[in-house]
Amino acid sequence: MWNAEVECMPREKLRALQLERLKATVRRVYEQVPYYRTKFKEAGLEPADIKSLDDLALLPFTAKEDLRNNYPFGLFAVPLNKIVRVHASSGTTGKPTVVGYTREDIDSWAEMTARSLGSVNTTPEDVVQVSYGYGLFTGGLGLHYGAERIGAAVVPTSAGNTKRQIMLMQDFGTTVLCCTPSYALYISEVLRESGIPRNSLKLRAGVFGAEPWSDNMRREIEDKLKIDAVDIYGLSEVIGPGVACECLNKDGLHICEDHFIPEIIDPETGRVLPPGQYGELVFTTITKQGFPVIRYRTRDITMLYDSPCPCGRTHVRMARIAGRTDDMLIIRGVNVFPTQVESVLLSIGQTEPHYLLVVDREKALDTLEVWVEVSEELFRDEVKGLEALERRIHDEIESVLGISVKVKLVEPKTIQRSEGKAKRVWDKRDIEKL
Amino acid sequence: MSVNQISVFLENKTGRLAAVTRLLAENKINIRALSIADTSDFGILRLIVDQPEKAYQALKEGGFTVSATDVLAVAVPDTPGALAPVLSTLEAADINIEYLYAFVAKCADLAMVLFKVNDTERAKAVLREAGFKVPQAREVHSL
Repeated sequence: MWNAEVECMPREKLRALQLERLKATVRRVYEQVPYYRTKFKEAGLEPADIKSLDDLALLPFTAKEDLRNNYPFGLFAVPLNKIVRVHASSGTTGKPTVVGYTREDIDSWAEMTARSLGSVNTTPEDVVQVSYGYGLFTGGLGLHYGAERIGAAVVPTSAGNTKRQIMLMQDFGTTVLCCTPSYALYISEVLRESGIPRNSLKLRAGVFGAEPWSDNMRREIEDKLKIDAVDIYGLSEVIGPGVACECLNKDGLHICEDHFIPEIIDPETGRVLPPGQYGELVFTTITKQGFPVIRYRTRDITMLYDSPCPCGRTHVRMARIAGRTDDMLIIRGVNVFPTQVESVLLSIGQTEPHYLLVVDREKALDTLEVWVEVSEELFRDEVKGLEALERRIHDEIESVLGISVKVKLVEPKTIQRSEGKAKRVWDKRDIEKL
Repeated sequence: MSVNQISVFLENKTGRLAAVTRLLAENKINIRALSIADTSDFGILRLIVDQPEKAYQALKEGGFTVSATDVLAVAVPDTPGALAPVLSTLEAADINIEYLYAFVAKCADLAMVLFKVNDTERAKAVLREAGFKVPQAREVHSL
């Protein structure tokens, strides 16, 4: 563990620290950021109204749009001469969202990613290969600073050129790999195809994130690469990777609660939900100087666990990201996300799955059909091979979603490709509502 | 060399088979034999053509899911009881048949039987040893 004193801080002490830091943050954004001052005034709030952690619920939410409307530096809480770094997230529509860091922010961020790497027991003896992209994206530099903070030898390969990544892994004796889970799987494929023996690598752990993945995919990565794989979470609007990371129990990600206060809300009503219930994850930063955010709606769906973790860390855990609020479906009362289906398809070896969730209603009962395009890598020349494939997809999707589905194998290009984001859902129930 | 069979994934709906044959016609590819294995939802079309590589490319570019599979061709006399000893030979060698289909050659009094087995090379060897006619791939594609 990187920082046992903070990571295992008694809850009471942690809550007192959070309250003190929350009050200071609210005061600071009220004074320094016109946007927040206006929003607070509209809600009839003064910084002094925040007296307890429960009062957080009084504060207005901040959405991605608010960030975009204040492009580029409108939400910075310090003058530009205090900013030492800028990152930006790619905007799928229009301008990116821009975030700024003071020297102090960079320092706390390095502390967070050091904790993430510490969860797989990274020490100065380790060689850490950072294969996340370096640049405006926070992945590469985020992990880089944490690994340096620990004192490990950092190999900043950035993403791409897999053969070279593997050569360096062999030659430098890389022990810890940081990249997206799908890239980790890809690396394992290339290793297999090139016939490189596993014992030529010293790899022992991976810190994977920046995209949703599943336990199935974890098992596959761990099995193929013979490593421990943990999930790391973060988003640039909040700070970047390291906001939360799994410990070796691999059951939920510990959130750095001395820096952020997480909440789970009902995405429809905005009401705060109790631990154990799935909803939208919301963050308030309580130490950030350059770009603090108040109740930032991540659009990520997860839940919080309030039970103690066997690892001894006291910081609250969040479940793996189950999906995005944008594409949540409610089928027979169960929340379903297209990404859950995607992770199943990825785990059975489709590199770029094309699928469609067809939702319908028969006699007042919702039905879900999953269409999967048969790619060349899935195609078998024998009926029993294809039927086994269909059954496997079916069983795995049912076990992940917890509702019954029908799987249909379809020809390539059956599912419409739209510009930009793929259409993943065809909800026929909407038609009947009209 | 084994016979190169082209397999195509087809959804079980109107017009899909027609689309394949149209594409092959446009590319002047001649079908020597074909068979379809189907379920209620999908089918697998298996083709023996005169130009397997060209057919593979054309179908792939046409947006179909295609694979090339090695199959074994055995020429048997077009007479009653000719197939039975072939199957007995494979059975005796413990070779499993995944599927088979047949066509009758127009120029000779021979029937051509195409086998997908779990071990093509060994099947070929045992059949030849037993005196059956296992033609070269070239002969089958150009029949």
